[in-house]
Amino acid sequence: MTPRQVLRRTVYIVFIAVVLAFFAVPLLWLASAPFDSDPGLGLRWPDWTLDNWRITFEHPYALGSLLNSIVLCAVATIVTTALGTLAAYALSRVRIPGRDALLYLLLLLSSVVTGTAAMVPIFVMMFQLGLINSQYATGLVIAGGMLPAAIFILKDFIDSVPRSYEESARVFGASPTQVLLHVVLPIARPGIATILVWAFVQAWGNFLLPFLLLRDVEAQPAAVLLRTLRDEGGSANLTVIPVFSLLYAIPVVALYLFVSKRYGFRFHGGIKA
Amino acid sequence: MARDTSGLGTARAVGFIAPALLLIGVFLVFPALWTIYIGLTDYTLTGTASIAPSFIGVDNFLNALDDALFGNALWLTLVFVMGSAVIGQNLLGFTLAWLLRSARPTVRRVVEGLVLLSWILPSVVVAYLWIAVLDRDGGTLNALLGTSGTAWLVEYPMAALIIFNTWRGTAFSMMLYSSALAAVPPSQLETARTVGASGWQTVRDVVFPHIRGHVLTNTLLISLWTANDFTPFLLTAGGPNHESETLPIFIYQQAIASGELGYSAAISFLLLVVNLVVALVYLLLLRKRS
Amino acid sequence: MADIELTELSTVYPNGVRAVDELDLSIVDGEFFALLGPSGCGKTTLLRTIAGLEQATSGSVRIGDADVTRVEPGRRGVAMVFQDYALFPHMTVAQNIAYPLRVRRESKQAQREAAESTAAGLGLAGLLERRPGQLSGGQQQRVALARAVAMEASVLLLDEPLSNLDARLRLEARTFLKRLQRELGLTTVFVTHDQAEALALADRIAVMSDGKIRQLGTPKEVFQRPADTFVANFIGSTPMNLLTGSVSDGAVEVAGARLVPPDGLDLAEGTPVVAGIRPEYLRPAAVGITGTVSIVENLGVTSLVTLECADDTLVGLTVAEHEEPAIGTTLTANPDPGRLLLYHGETRELLGAAAVVG
Repeated sequence: MTPRQVLRRTVYIVFIAVVLAFFAVPLLWLASAPFDSDPGLGLRWPDWTLDNWRITFEHPYALGSLLNSIVLCAVATIVTTALGTLAAYALSRVRIPGRDALLYLLLLLSSVVTGTAAMVPIFVMMFQLGLINSQYATGLVIAGGMLPAAIFILKDFIDSVPRSYEESARVFGASPTQVLLHVVLPIARPGIATILVWAFVQAWGNFLLPFLLLRDVEAQPAAVLLRTLRDEGGSANLTVIPVFSLLYAIPVVALYLFVSKRYGFRFHGGIKA
Repeated sequence: MARDTSGLGTARAVGFIAPALLLIGVFLVFPALWTIYIGLTDYTLTGTASIAPSFIGVDNFLNALDDALFGNALWLTLVFVMGSAVIGQNLLGFTLAWLLRSARPTVRRVVEGLVLLSWILPSVVVAYLWIAVLDRDGGTLNALLGTSGTAWLVEYPMAALIIFNTWRGTAFSMMLYSSALAAVPPSQLETARTVGASGWQTVRDVVFPHIRGHVLTNTLLISLWTANDFTPFLLTAGGPNHESETLPIFIYQQAIASGELGYSAAISFLLLVVNLVVALVYLLLLRKRS
Repeated sequence: MADIELTELSTVYPNGVRAVDELDLSIVDGEFFALLGPSGCGKTTLLRTIAGLEQATSGSVRIGDADVTRVEPGRRGVAMVFQDYALFPHMTVAQNIAYPLRVRRESKQAQREAAESTAAGLGLAGLLERRPGQLSGGQQQRVALARAVAMEASVLLLDEPLSNLDARLRLEARTFLKRLQRELGLTTVFVTHDQAEALALADRIAVMSDGKIRQLGTPKEVFQRPADTFVANFIGSTPMNLLTGSVSDGAVEVAGARLVPPDGLDLAEGTPVVAGIRPEYLRPAAVGITGTVSIVENLGVTSLVTLECADDTLVGLTVAEHEEPAIGTTLTANPDPGRLLLYHGETRELLGAAAVVG
């Protein structure tokens, strides 16, 4: 190998090593601090104790907030998937006047009306309706934000179900409901599953809307409580925060691994905003 | 032709679409339009204007032009977007996509896995990870660099935010460029190689013409996301002393902390307009490409 | 079992294309009926209109005693097999076959029995628990047929039933299909663009183009007496000889031979005509059309000989394998009686049979 090639190889290896370190180092804290008997903000080889976990479980709001998260995300996910599938099915199969314009408008909406841009009117709306601290209302708001993208992606999946299947079922006497339940939904299952997981993950990680609308500590989902833990008395509660972060992060990672293993990582521009 | 193959009929089809459209209308369309109206009033969270807000026309917008904090927020957002998205995520994402093409499978999997992990973790968690790294006393960065005693988030907040957001968002650009690069005809790359072109020349002459469209659309998209990103709030809350108060944080502080709902609605509207312009350009470019 | 009656049926697409153009057709109960034509002729649209998947714009569709023009597809008593078979991939073979019964909410027991007996009748006995993806093309086709049979409809519609099978399988499936239809006695309408398939399978054929029926008849009729030059061209594995000429002195001059028009047919002087004769109906003889042998193509048991005749006209005839002429020799061929047809040069319609004199 020439000196030039050696140099290039070395630069390449060093660069990859630096990149690896750059991405790995911050993540390591999440693996070490939860198990450390004297957790700090730095990286240390932990003693592998479960004391922090016990303290976290005993924390008055920790587990409750995880439950809140589940409820909130369940509402948002189910509403998004159910309404989205129905709408995507109709848009895919029936030529309604203005259909194409509607689809582009949906795509536009999902990119333009972000949480940040809509923060004020949403807050005012919920405030005036007296729906601050309502899990269900917040779930619906989150669903509303996810629907345009969900419809767009689901329509794509449903478009790929051959029309001859539906026509065949129709000729055999199936009513439109039967066609949907017997034929279309089972075949579109991978797409629906992908949206279910995507919607859940989006809702799980959503900070701004719950932060804005769920002010009562007992109503807060994990995303917000995690931040509240820091502000308690000004100093961060380092026994609970690492453990809670890990608990909060695990479902997301697990779901992502599950979906990518089962259905492959489908990459859509805008799938995670 | 999307003829009605499922026998739904127009009535039923409209019935299927209506609930979704209702939700979208109430929580996306209506707020976007309503914010114009609120922005034209002096509505506040507390005080007389909270019960009986009055119409003040474009006063909020005119005040914004004079407001130093607003100008500050605009400037910081621009810096944030340019630094972490246009330059940071774009460059790092492309470089990784380019270099990993020829990497060994295990190396590629590990690097991509870590980069993706940084992207899928919830923002609150990721914020804590970096608070830990950047801490003055125990932070890993200080330990590595030997600069103990530097409170990065306090002394260099924007730099810290830019590095943070680059770390957080590179995955998207990396995956996008990965698939864009896979579509470059291998024969053209090999021709460049046999001619003796260097890596840089190959990128400039062979690769870039093919992915030019992707670069533009990707940049637009991640810039849009970054400009609207609320996550910096979790790291610095806009401090110290407004030094890292990007537009999303500014809006929040004005609306909730200061209770200036009318004013912050006007600012939100401006953000909506910017989003709209960027999104329209993005969609037009996408359509042109297909 | 029912007959089908189409009266002045039209199906017009939103963009104005008349896919089916004021068509009248009666299909007899128990008949195996073919809709034949090139792509775009409207045969599939017609089939789908009978099924109810396309809505007729005007005219009527009667199945048996009922006017089903505005009736839902599922209530017309028709069973349909699609070109891609449309077997539901997430259901087993048994579930696919029993699907019509499931729609009618019959008991699981009844579904199971129907699936088993129908499958047995079509040679699918051991495959009931498999998924469509695990079956061969021929097996998938039979499952699709079984599903249609299980529906116990009065009419069976098939959209290009054999086109998805490879060539070898297609011939086996053809025989299978013919036998099945005979056993079931079910009124069957199938669509195809393959004229050999239509000739082999059908009791009667409707040759279509541009939304209209050009000729309705038995395979023999359509083959031996095509109603116009379009049908003449479309039918037959070897192309029919179509020779242009005109009327002079009460006779027609074509390829150097004089033809006498059929009795009772008065043709004006100078009328353009086209003489049609199939290569299979020309035999070497002393009198007839004369030409020089230019090309001999081996077709297996026969050979296709091309003659260069007067006015540079090319005429083809088939000869038996031991009668192959040498290239360059002169050959005269005479048409079998009644097989030489005259068509009007402009309307392209059949005028009658002619004979060669001198």
